[in-house]
Amino acid sequence: MKLEYAPLQRDLAGVGYIADDSLAMALSLAVGLQRPLLLEGEAGVGKTDVGKALAKVLDTRLIRLQCYEGLDANATIYEWNYQRQLLAIRAHERDAMPSDQIERHIFSEDYLLRRPLLEAISQTKPPVLLIDEIDRADEEFEAFLLEILSDFQITVPELGTIAAKSTPHVILTSNGTRALSDALRRRCLYSYLDFPDERKELAIVHARLPGIDRRLAEQVVRFVQLLRREALEKKPGIAETLDWARALVGLDVRSIDGDPVTIQASLACLLKTEADLKAVPREVTARIVGKVA
Amino acid sequence: MAAGTPPPAGAAARMSGFMAHLRRNGFAVGPGETELVLSTLAANEFPNADAARLGLKTMLSGSREQWARFDDLFDAYWFERGLRTVERLGQSTATRSHRPRPDIWDKVLPADEQAEAQGRTDRAPGIGQGDGEKTSGRLVASAGDALMRTDLRTLVTPDEMAEAERTAERLARAIRYRLSRRRLPSRRGEIIDLRRTIRRSISHGGEPVELRRKHRPERPVKLVVLLDVSGSMKVYSRYFLSFVRGLIGTWLRADAFLFHTRLVRVADVLRESDANIAMAKLSLLVEGFGGGTRIATSLKAFNDRYAKETLGSRSVAIVISDGYDTDPPEALAVELQRVKRRAYRLIWLNPLLGWKDYAPVARAMAVALQYVDCFAPAHSLESLAALEDEFARL
Repeated sequence: MKLEYAPLQRDLAGVGYIADDSLAMALSLAVGLQRPLLLEGEAGVGKTDVGKALAKVLDTRLIRLQCYEGLDANATIYEWNYQRQLLAIRAHERDAMPSDQIERHIFSEDYLLRRPLLEAISQTKPPVLLIDEIDRADEEFEAFLLEILSDFQITVPELGTIAAKSTPHVILTSNGTRALSDALRRRCLYSYLDFPDERKELAIVHARLPGIDRRLAEQVVRFVQLLRREALEKKPGIAETLDWARALVGLDVRSIDGDPVTIQASLACLLKTEADLKAVPREVTARIVGKVA
Repeated sequence: MAAGTPPPAGAAARMSGFMAHLRRNGFAVGPGETELVLSTLAANEFPNADAARLGLKTMLSGSREQWARFDDLFDAYWFERGLRTVERLGQSTATRSHRPRPDIWDKVLPADEQAEAQGRTDRAPGIGQGDGEKTSGRLVASAGDALMRTDLRTLVTPDEMAEAERTAERLARAIRYRLSRRRLPSRRGEIIDLRRTIRRSISHGGEPVELRRKHRPERPVKLVVLLDVSGSMKVYSRYFLSFVRGLIGTWLRADAFLFHTRLVRVADVLRESDANIAMAKLSLLVEGFGGGTRIATSLKAFNDRYAKETLGSRSVAIVISDGYDTDPPEALAVELQRVKRRAYRLIWLNPLLGWKDYAPVARAMAVALQYVDCFAPAHSLESLAALEDEFARL
């Protein structure tokens, strides 16, 4: 088999996701080798969208697990439906069903609530499993995830071991708020997503906002590219670029060297903290606009 | 690798040579990775060298740093210095287990790494800390000892210094111990554990007679220590290094940095189980610095590179410094604010504060005070011991 990433790159572009060579290669390998892919990068470089786009390309389900601090097995694998179980116990009690039979009954798959991980391994067609912001979950969860990612089977004490019907395409994303364990890194293929360069970002803007004026799109992208070089607390991501471009189109701005007041006000789309807004006063905006236009 | 691939055996040897090359450069690649790469190459074919590079990069790098360095390492091995590396292939197994470290360290370090031997047993509170000394929760009992009240500057004899170091380390361990205890599970949880309650209720005919409970255990705080080792702090450096070493010790949730004119991460060195080796390594690190103190610059480096991964809502940042800064105080204010925003608490320990009639008039210190949650003296062991209460309140 030839390991070509160009076809996947084209398919991704077809669903509106512009991937550079390394990302396309990483995804091809992840799919080809059935290995989890760990994506790292700043917030706003489009890590989450990779999962969505891949699901579209493969025409399969996207199962997303958003991680947060304190996430545990109950919230990620399965939970028993307690309300139904209680009702069932009462109902069967009246039928004078022996207790061991009730037990067997209420711990059957009917009463099982599937959470993302169990859901992902019980699909016949391999879904895309997006484990988002794994760095937000605790280390304990990471260790436990590792076990699932290596065996793709889950043990429910009351039911026994459930093996995967198919191996899901796993994508993990991390913003780097915590150092991930080496074990997890070694399980996964790795790719680092950087802020897109000018050409790529322009392609993204055109892919997402097909109607946008060519010149305005170029100006927007150049402006954001230069803005990222300023000392900002939170650099604007791709989503911010798109928001801003949309806002400018909505405000009927033809060129960003037009009305400075409008432009300055619209920067709220790009700069999301007070400190950053203060760090880019009108003079700075004017300087960057001067370079762009 | 591309079209015109060498015969399989040669390719395998070349590839394991490449693995050894990566290992020498700090990549954590083992037999598992080699097998992955070889089996991938056996089953597939990369259309060109560039695709091969991208593919291997995805398979073999594991962090942002490695991702950034991979291309250079790849080119160095496959296109420029390829042959020479193959000649060295025989040595690759010997170098496998060694962590990359500067050659200069070889003089002070034994050949074998000691990190492995380091115990991880401290998680169970109440267990002795391995140094044979009794590590009770409170060590302030010995505070009457004259040594405890002496300003650390006036200690001269090696015996006194050694004793001071030991005490500092013990105190630090006591503080850590106090914090770790908070993770003990409480018997009565606030939340009802439905899963086990229902299980139990079956034998009572569905009546939840026995309520099972669960609780969310409290987690220990994470400590991040930033220690000033500049000239003005020199007399205190050794004690504070011991103090920090005690704090970090075997506690996994801790990080330590030294600064001077720039910043160095030292947590790994401090976890070294042998105190002498750790100190020798640290002195090497400290000597590498130039003169002056640039607190703001160092804090900026910390904020830019490490803050995101080391500081969180449960982190306590401890700065140990006398506050004599050659950077402008405004810059320090900005950086302290950034630390404060990420960390749960910010503590500043100042050895000068213990001096009679000292007022924090150093401009940097005056600015810093606005952002610090706790400003405490740290000139004697007694003052360090007093910190225990401060820490316990966190």
